[in-house]
Amino acid sequence: MSALTTSTEVLLRATDVTKHYPLRADGLSPRRRVLRAVDGVSLEVRAGETLGIVGESGCGKSTLGRCLVRLTELTGGRVEFDGRDISTLSTRRLRPVRPGMQLVFQDPQASLNPRRRAGDIVAEPLLVHRYGDGAAVRRRVAELFDVVGLAAAHLDRYPHEFSGGQRQRIGIARALATNPKLIVADEPVSALDVSIQAQVLNLFADLQEEFALTYVFIAHDLGVVRHVSDRIAVMYLGEIVELAETEALYKEPAHPYTQALLSAVPDIDDGTLTDEVPRERIVLTGEVPNPVDKPSGCPFRTRCPYARERCAVERPRLTMTASGRHTACHFPLID
Amino acid sequence: MPDQPLLDVRDLRVSFRTRRGSVTVVDGLSFSVSPGEILGVVGESGSGKSVSMLAVLRLLTSPNVTVEGQVHFRGRDLLTLPDKEMQAVRGREIAMVFQDPMTALTPVYTVGWQIAEQIRAHEKVSRKEAHARAVSLLSDVGIPDAASRANAYPHEFSGGMRQRAVIAMALSCGPALLIADEPTTALDVTVQAQILDLMRELNTQGSAVVLITHDMGVISQIADRVLVMYGGRAAEEGPRRAVFHGPRHPYTWGLLDSVPRVGGPRLRRLPTIAGMPVAPGSLPEGCAFAPRCRLRHERCEERPQLTTDSFDGAHRDACWLPDDDRASLRLTSRAAATDVPDMEREATP
Repeated sequence: MSALTTSTEVLLRATDVTKHYPLRADGLSPRRRVLRAVDGVSLEVRAGETLGIVGESGCGKSTLGRCLVRLTELTGGRVEFDGRDISTLSTRRLRPVRPGMQLVFQDPQASLNPRRRAGDIVAEPLLVHRYGDGAAVRRRVAELFDVVGLAAAHLDRYPHEFSGGQRQRIGIARALATNPKLIVADEPVSALDVSIQAQVLNLFADLQEEFALTYVFIAHDLGVVRHVSDRIAVMYLGEIVELAETEALYKEPAHPYTQALLSAVPDIDDGTLTDEVPRERIVLTGEVPNPVDKPSGCPFRTRCPYARERCAVERPRLTMTASGRHTACHFPLID
Repeated sequence: MPDQPLLDVRDLRVSFRTRRGSVTVVDGLSFSVSPGEILGVVGESGSGKSVSMLAVLRLLTSPNVTVEGQVHFRGRDLLTLPDKEMQAVRGREIAMVFQDPMTALTPVYTVGWQIAEQIRAHEKVSRKEAHARAVSLLSDVGIPDAASRANAYPHEFSGGMRQRAVIAMALSCGPALLIADEPTTALDVTVQAQILDLMRELNTQGSAVVLITHDMGVISQIADRVLVMYGGRAAEEGPRRAVFHGPRHPYTWGLLDSVPRVGGPRLRRLPTIAGMPVAPGSLPEGCAFAPRCRLRHERCEERPQLTTDSFDGAHRDACWLPDDDRASLRLTSRAAATDVPDMEREATP
C-alpha cells in the first residue's frame, strides 16, 4: 500500500445529500407531493475501506449510491470525490472524473446489453475513455477477464450464455476496466445462489486487496454486509440512523431500528453459538411508512418501541454519543 | 399408529420433454410429513424443490411433463385420484402459498371477495357468511382494520400485507397441510419475521407445513425436520437439530459454511462450493454432487441412496463417505474450500 492510502484519507465525502422526486399532481391527489428518497445524508468514505449501506427496500440506499457517483442529479447537498466537488460539475468536466468511480449493479441480466458480446461490454468503458488503440483495448479486456476469473475463450459469448455468477463477473470486469479508485456495488450478490454468492464475495475481497479499491457496498442482507464492511451505515426512510464500525454495530446497536433489524435476521443455529446470550427478538409492528408522507420528527418513531413525545416533534440528527457512536436518536440504546 | 405420516411421497420422478430430449428434474425423491410438523425443504435454484411440490399437488398440467411415483395423502394416492376429487383436496386439505403473492391474487377483485370465493368453492355457505369469515381471517393474520381492508384491491396492499392475505386465503378451509414456496423471499427481514411468526402460530393450531426456501437461517428458525435437495434428489434429511449441529452431506456443509453470518467470527474469505449448481438434464449417473465435491472418490460414480447411519435412525444422507469421521472430514473440506489461492473458475455451462 502506498502512503496515500492510509485509512484516514477521505476519498468520498457526502454532505447533506438530498434527492427528492416530485410526484405529478393528478385528480386523485391534486396537491403536488414530493417523494423524499434521500433526505439529508452526510457520510465519508475512507480510501481503501468498505463502507456498507444497509436498509430495507425503499429506504433510499440505491438512490444514495447513485447520488454518490452522480448517476443522478442531487436535489441538494454536495458530494466531493478525491477532493473535488462533483455535484455541480458540468457533464463535460465530469467526464475525466468518471473513470475513477464505477458501479456494479444488482441484476447482471438487466445491466448487460443482451445483444453485445461479453468482450465488447467490458471494452466499452475503455473506448469511451480513449484507453488506446484496438490492440491495447483487446489486451486489457483479456487481462480483465483473467482478473475476474472468466475464461478468455468466452470473450465472444453473449450474456445469456453465462450463468448468473459469471454475468456478475462480467459486470465487475467492466467496472474495473478504467482502474477506478471507488466502486459502488448495489446489491451485487442478492440475485445469486448462496454457493455462487460466496464465490463473488471472495472475488470482491481479492480485488480490493489487489487493486487497493474502496467500496461502497449496498445490500439488504445483514450477513453479507457484515462480511464485507469495515463500517456500516444503516438507512431508514432516506436517512442514516446509525453509522458505526462493523463489529460495534452488530455487538451493540445504538439505534432502536438497528437493534430491531438485527434481531429479525433468522440466524443459523449450528450449535456453535451456544455460549452467546441469545438476542432478544424485537418484532416490529407495521411496515415502513411511505416516503411521500414521512412522519414528523424521527422517521422511525411510528414503529419504535421506545418512542416518546420528543421523537414526534424534533428530528434527531446523526451525532456522536459520549462513547463515540454515531446515531440519529434522541434516546440511543448506548450512551 | 401415532407416526402415520400425513403426506408420504415415494420415489417421485418428474421429467420434462424438451427439444433436446427428456430432462429429469426430480429424480426418485422420497419424503414424508407427519401431522403437525414443519418440514423445511432447502436447496439452490434448480434443485427441484418447487417442482416436486407442484407435482404433489398435480399442478404440472403440461402434456410435456411426466410425473411418476406415489404421493400418499391421508390414505389416498393423489397421483391417481380423479381430477374432481383432486380439486376438493387442493385448497381444502392442502393449501399452497407462493413466493410472489401478486400471482395468487387477481388484481380485479377485492381481497375480501377473493377469500370469500375460496371459502364458497369448498363449503356451502352464504355470500354474506363467507365475507364475514374472510374479514375474520384477515384480522387473524394481523391485518389491522380488516373490515375495511377486505374491500381493498391487492394493489392497495403492501408486499407483506399481500402475503398475509394469501396466507389468510390458504387458511380459509383449515387445511391439514400448507405448502409454502419461498413465502418470505420477496419480503424485508422485519416483515419476514412477522410472517414466520404467523406460520409458527398456524402450525400450533394443527396444520402441518412444508416450507420451501433457499435460506438456511429461516429453516434453522422454524423447521422441525429438514430436507436438503440437490439435483432433484434428496442429499440429506433429518431432524433440524441433527442436520444443523451435525450435518453429514458435503453439500449441506457447503450450504452452511458459505453463508455469511450475523454472529460468530468474521472470515476474510468465505468457504465456497466449487463450480455451480448442476443443470437439470446434465445430472451425472452417480452422485449428483460429485462434480463439485472436494471429497469425491471412485465410489461416487455409483449413485448413493438415502441411508441412515448407525447412530441416529431419523437422520439420513446420500453419501459414500464413511459414517464415523464426517466431522473431521468436514473440517478438511472447509479448509480446502477456504484456502483457494486464486479465484475459482466456474465451470462453463
